[in-house]
Amino acid sequence: MIELVNLNKTFRDKQVLFDINARFEPGLTNLVIGASGGGKSVLLKCMVGLIKPESGSINYDGRDFVHLPYEQVREIRREIGMLFQGTALFDSLTVEENVEFPLKMFSKMAPSERKDRVNFCLSKVGLENANSKFPAEISGGMKKRVGIARAIALETKYLFCDEPNSGLDPITSRRIDELLHDITREFNITTIINSHDMKTVYDIGESITFIYQGKIWWQGHRKQIDETRKHNPELDAFISASQF
Amino acid sequence: MSRLFFELGRYILFMRSMFFKPERFRVFLERTIHEMNNIGVGSLGIVTIISVFVGAVTTLQTAYQLVSPLIPLKVIGTIVSDSSLLEFAPTITCLVLAGKVGANIASEVGNMRVTEQIDALEVMGINSSGFLGLPKIIAGVIMIPMLIIIANFLMIGGGILAARLTDLMPPNEFIQGARETFKLFTVSVSMTKALVFAFIITSMSTYEGYYTEGGALEVGEAGTRAVTRACVLILFSDFIIAKLML
Repeated sequence: MIELVNLNKTFRDKQVLFDINARFEPGLTNLVIGASGGGKSVLLKCMVGLIKPESGSINYDGRDFVHLPYEQVREIRREIGMLFQGTALFDSLTVEENVEFPLKMFSKMAPSERKDRVNFCLSKVGLENANSKFPAEISGGMKKRVGIARAIALETKYLFCDEPNSGLDPITSRRIDELLHDITREFNITTIINSHDMKTVYDIGESITFIYQGKIWWQGHRKQIDETRKHNPELDAFISASQF
Repeated sequence: MSRLFFELGRYILFMRSMFFKPERFRVFLERTIHEMNNIGVGSLGIVTIISVFVGAVTTLQTAYQLVSPLIPLKVIGTIVSDSSLLEFAPTITCLVLAGKVGANIASEVGNMRVTEQIDALEVMGINSSGFLGLPKIIAGVIMIPMLIIIANFLMIGGGILAARLTDLMPPNEFIQGARETFKLFTVSVSMTKALVFAFIITSMSTYEGYYTEGGALEVGEAGTRAVTRACVLILFSDFIIAKLML
């Protein structure tokens, strides 16, 4: 479980996050939605430690990520998997080497065990025959799946996804959504997905956080969203703009 | 001026952040060997061409300037070997390597920055500056002095070749001139320069790439900046080393 308490972030004199309080439960697909520039990417980067917030705390199962010493922060980071918007696969490594990378760096597995684990992760994302290909040789959807396989290779407890569907066709998008949902359930991961794709919200959103102008505007389940939008003009405008 | 201090401070902090214990020594060793191959073996061709031609041209130009019949021809060998060892081999080779190796490192690391690969390393809990930069610096500090040693031999070889091909003087006389005044100390100066220049090239280019912000255009700019700054620093430190050691 990840809990955010009074999180604030300012760039120079512009505050982008205002007193963010939220809780993300394991085994659920937690979606953070909102318009571009609304602060959701900054929030995600604060949560994984790429940006330091001015105040507030980020608790990973009770461990305050913001105020812990560097060594303990690194320990938590090893429990984190992240799927980046542009996948961030290492260009010089093959698909297999990309997925093996965190195992090679942090696990004490023998090479044969590592290979088994890599094959297991790749089979989970439906990529059995791409081991020796380089990222430049595979499609955008495949890259996303390799990114997911790499993110779960170390038996991740917390999975972050930044716009997992961006640049993908609707069918591949749905496949990625279903994959993230299934993995979250199967491994009881705390998954947080940044998205502005309303289709994802309606398909897999079990806990939705709507961010508007750096503030949490609404939180709830996808089943509540249609009722809420009637008396929440900001949420309604966001959903309407997505033609839902 | 404040920009200069900002850059200097950030560069020092970047260097300090690099010297952490590697997460996995075996991976670190693999990366260092890979970089040694890239920097050393990958630059051998250009170093060979430059060294032979610089040696040859220096010989011809020295001969052109020594017009007095009172000066023996073997002095050409002395001048060419000493100037190669002291200046041409370390400085010219490293200026060229700043262009080749420096731009390569800056664009590689810069590209990793703009495509979030460095963020991915950080999220995994890896010290990205050490993981990316340290193997390059160690590889450079090992391989560039080796290239300079090769360049020293090739420049003198190029001089001998030019002297022979143009019937300027026989090779024996050239070698005699080179050996008569040879001092081991000049090799120490050459190696000191090589080590300092190697550190400048690799650290400056990694630094420029690491702090790239933006996209493809900025990656290109980082490459240019890395080369320019490395060249200026090489020339500046060349002067300081010459002043201190000679």
